[in-house]
Amino acid sequence: MSVQEAIYTLRSVLGKENVITAKEDLICYSFDATADLPEHLPDLLVTPMTVEQVAEVIKAANRYKMPVYPRGSGTNLSGGTVPVRGGIVLSSLKMNKILEIDPDNLTATVQPGVIIQTLNNTIAPHGLIYPPDPGSMATATMGGSVAECSGGLRGLKYGVTRDYVMGLEVVLANGDIARFGGKTVKNVTAYDMVRLFTGSEGTLGIITEIIVRLIPAPETRETMFATFADLTTAGRSITEIIRSKVIPATMEIMDRVTMETVENHAQIGLPTESEAILLVEVDGIPEVVRREAATVREVITRNGGVVKTAAGDHERDQLWAARRAALPALARKRPTTILEDATVPRSKITEMLLAIQNIGRRYNLTIGTFGHAGDGNLHPTILTDSRDQEEMERVHRAVDEIFKAALSMGGTLTGEHGIGMAKARYLPWEYGEKGVQVLQKIKEALDPEYLLNPGKMVPCREERK
Amino acid sequence: MNHDFDLSAVEEEIANCMRCGNCQATCPYYQETGFESSVARGKIALAKSVLQGKIKYTPTLAERFECLTCYACNATCPCGIQIDKIFLAARAVMVRNGGSPAFKKLMAAALKNQGLLDLGLKTATLAKGLLFQPHPSGGLSPRFPLGLDLRRVVPSLSPKTFRDGMRESVTVPGAKSKVAFFTGCLVNYVYPSTGRAVVEILTKSGVSVLIPWKQHCCAAPLALNGVMDVAEQMARSQIDLFSGLDVDAVVVACGTCGESFKKKYVELLDGAPGYAGKARELAAKTCDIADFAWNVAPFNRQLLKELAMRVTYHEPCHLGRGLGVTKEPLEIIRTIPGLDFVPLREPERCCGNAGSFSFTHYDISYNILKHKLADISGTGADAVVTGCSACRMQLEDGFAQEGLGKRVFHTAELLAMSLK
Repeated sequence: MSVQEAIYTLRSVLGKENVITAKEDLICYSFDATADLPEHLPDLLVTPMTVEQVAEVIKAANRYKMPVYPRGSGTNLSGGTVPVRGGIVLSSLKMNKILEIDPDNLTATVQPGVIIQTLNNTIAPHGLIYPPDPGSMATATMGGSVAECSGGLRGLKYGVTRDYVMGLEVVLANGDIARFGGKTVKNVTAYDMVRLFTGSEGTLGIITEIIVRLIPAPETRETMFATFADLTTAGRSITEIIRSKVIPATMEIMDRVTMETVENHAQIGLPTESEAILLVEVDGIPEVVRREAATVREVITRNGGVVKTAAGDHERDQLWAARRAALPALARKRPTTILEDATVPRSKITEMLLAIQNIGRRYNLTIGTFGHAGDGNLHPTILTDSRDQEEMERVHRAVDEIFKAALSMGGTLTGEHGIGMAKARYLPWEYGEKGVQVLQKIKEALDPEYLLNPGKMVPCREERK
Repeated sequence: MNHDFDLSAVEEEIANCMRCGNCQATCPYYQETGFESSVARGKIALAKSVLQGKIKYTPTLAERFECLTCYACNATCPCGIQIDKIFLAARAVMVRNGGSPAFKKLMAAALKNQGLLDLGLKTATLAKGLLFQPHPSGGLSPRFPLGLDLRRVVPSLSPKTFRDGMRESVTVPGAKSKVAFFTGCLVNYVYPSTGRAVVEILTKSGVSVLIPWKQHCCAAPLALNGVMDVAEQMARSQIDLFSGLDVDAVVVACGTCGESFKKKYVELLDGAPGYAGKARELAAKTCDIADFAWNVAPFNRQLLKELAMRVTYHEPCHLGRGLGVTKEPLEIIRTIPGLDFVPLREPERCCGNAGSFSFTHYDISYNILKHKLADISGTGADAVVTGCSACRMQLEDGFAQEGLGKRVFHTAELLAMSLK
C-alpha cells in the first residue's frame, strides 16, 4: 500500500496535476532513446515546479522507500532514465526557466528543464554561444545533458559539458538542498563538487539549477570536405592537422558503409568509391581562420586526400546535410539502430576504424561508422532488428569486442553517452574492481539507500559479488 | 472494410521507431503538455503495447491517441516513419473496440447524413440569436454550452450556403477546360466568399466550373478520428458523385478535403472492386486551387490590380505537409502588386485548430494558437493569408479574443480581390 500512500502524500504537496499514475501515461516513461534495453514501468510520474517540491518528492521517496529517476527529455543513449526498479520518475520539464543571462560575467543561470537549443536561441542576440552541441540539442534538456555530461560535434576545440558548468544547485538523497560553485572563473573552494555532480547520471543528487559559462560566438568559419582512398591516409591527416597546431572546431569522419547508405538515401553526390570522408570546420577571427584553413588543405593534399572548400553558406549547409544525414540514413536501413560511442586517443583513429570493420565482418553485421574523429570519439552504428534473436546474440558479442578494442588502444567505454544501464557491466573492464569500489563508496556516502537512479553506473549492493 | 486500418498493418512502421525523441522538437501538442504520451514517440510506444497485448482498450488510451494530426512529427522523424498511419490505425482500433468520445459520435452522425448537417446548420443559422450572443469582434460567442467552449468566438454561419447561392454549372464561353469544384463544408456553410472567389478565379482563367449539389463532407473528420467504416461509405459516395463527371480536374480549396480526395479515398478503397481504380483516377485529377491557379490554368497577370496591404502567410498543415502545396500560395502572394509580404518565422507551425481537437481540447488548442498569434503580430501584417477555412476560424477566434483587429483571407480570396 505504500505506493498508494506515496501518491496521496505527493498529490497533497505537488497538486493532483503533477502526480501522474495512469498506466497509459506511465508506459511512455518505461524507456528512453537507448536501443536494446529492458523496459520497466514506473509506479508514478511527478512533475515538480520548484526546488522545494523536488525536495518534498525526495523526502517522500525516503519515507516510502521508492527509487527516484530524474528525467529531462529522455533522449539519452545509456538507458540513464529507464526506471528499472519501479518507483518515481521525476520530470524536470516544468522547471524550464532561463533565470538569468549575465553578459558581464559570461554566464547563464537556468533551470534543468531548459532545452539546450532554447538557451542558444536566447543568448544569440548577445553574440554568445553555449558550445556543447549533442546531436539531440533541439530536444535535450540542460539538466539531462549536465547529468550525462554530453559531448557533441565541437568537442575537439570547445570541450564537453563539464567544461562549461560553473555552479549547481542539487537536491541530495536525504532531501537537503545544497549549492556548489558559482559565477567566478576561479574557484578552488574545497572538493570540486560541481564536477562530481556533472556526469553523475542522476545517481548522486537531483540537479535543480545550473550556472553555465558562455563564450563569444566565433566571427567566421570555413568548412572543408575531403575524400580519401583509404582509411590510413584519412587517419594520418587527422593527426597531422593537430600536429600542425590547428585545432578545428569540428573534424568529422564517415566511413564507406555510412557514405553508401547516405548516398542511397539522399543522392547528394557523395564519392562512394572513397573509403572515408572528413568534414573539417575551422572558426574564429577571419585572419586566423584563413591561415588555419590553408594549413588544413595543405595537410590533406599532402596525404593524398582530395579537398573542397564550401564557397558560401549554401555550400556549407550542403556539406553539413551529408553529415547530419548519417544517422537518419543508417537508421532507415534496419529497424534497430545500436549507436555506440567507444572512444580512442585520436592517434589511434585509423586502427580503431579498421578494428570495427573487422569485427563487423567477423560477426556478419552491417556496421556504419561515423563520428567526431578529431577527438577520437567514433560512433560505430550497428544496423539490426531486435526481433531477430540470433542476430542480436552476434550484435552483443560484437559490441563486447568493440569495447575491448577501444580499451586495448588506451581508449574509453564511452566518450559522451555515459555508462547508465547499457554499459554498466563493462565498467570493471576500464576501472577494475578497485576503481568500481571507489564509485560505490562515493555513491554510498551521498545516497546510502540507493534511492537515486538505482541500477545505473554504480552496481547496487546486492549486485556485488 | 479495408483491413489495413489495423495496428498489425503498421507493425513495421512501429518497429522502425528508434525512440530518439526528435519528434519532441516540433510537436505543438507536446510543447504545451510536456507529457511523453502527447508526442509521437510515446504514442508509438502505446501502439506497440497494444500490439503486444500489454494494455487493453480504455477511454483514457483512446484519448492518448488524439492529437492535432499536423504531421510535424512525420516531417521531423529521422527514420522517415509515416507516423500518422500509426495514429490513424490506433484510432480505428480504439473506435472498433470501445467507440470514440460522445462529441465525435455526434459529429460522425451529422457528417454522414448530409440532410441532417444541412438542416442542423441552417437551423443553427435561424436559432443563432437564441444560442449565441454577438461578440464585439463581429463574431458570435455561445450563450449555452453547445459542445463548444463558452469562451470561443465562432463566425456567424452564412444565412445562405455557398452552394445554395450558385448555379450547379458555371460555363465560360470558349472554355479551355472544365473542372468540378469540391467546396468542402466550411466554405459552403461558413465562408461562401471563398467559394465565390474560387469560381471567379477559374472563370477568369477560362475554366468552366461544375459544382455538384449533392456533394457532401469529404469524410476527413471521420477518417482522422478512426471512424473508418463510415468514412469508407462516404468515400464510395464521393466516387459515385465525382468520378463519372466529364471534367479535367477536381478543384478543392482546403488541404484536408484535398487530402481526402488525393490520398484517403485511395487508402480506404484499396482493393475495393469497382472503386479502387476510380479512387486512384480521382486522386490524380484533384488539385488545390493555389496549385491549379499557379501551375495548371495560370491566371492572367495583366488583370492583377494593386492591393495596398501588409500580409503574411500561414501554411495549413494538411495543405503544406499533407499535399505538398507550399510554394504556390507564396508565388501568388508575391505576384500581386502592392502587397507588402512579411513571412512568419514559423509559417508551417500548426495553428492548433485541428478540426474537432479544438472542440475537445480548447485550452491546449488556444495555447498553441498563441504562438501563431505572437508570430503574426511580429510581422506587423494587417491580414493573414491561408489556404484552409479551419485555420481561418482558429485565427479569427484568436484575433477576436485578443482584440488584434486583423483579418484573414483565403489565398483564393486575395487573388480574386486583385483580379477584380
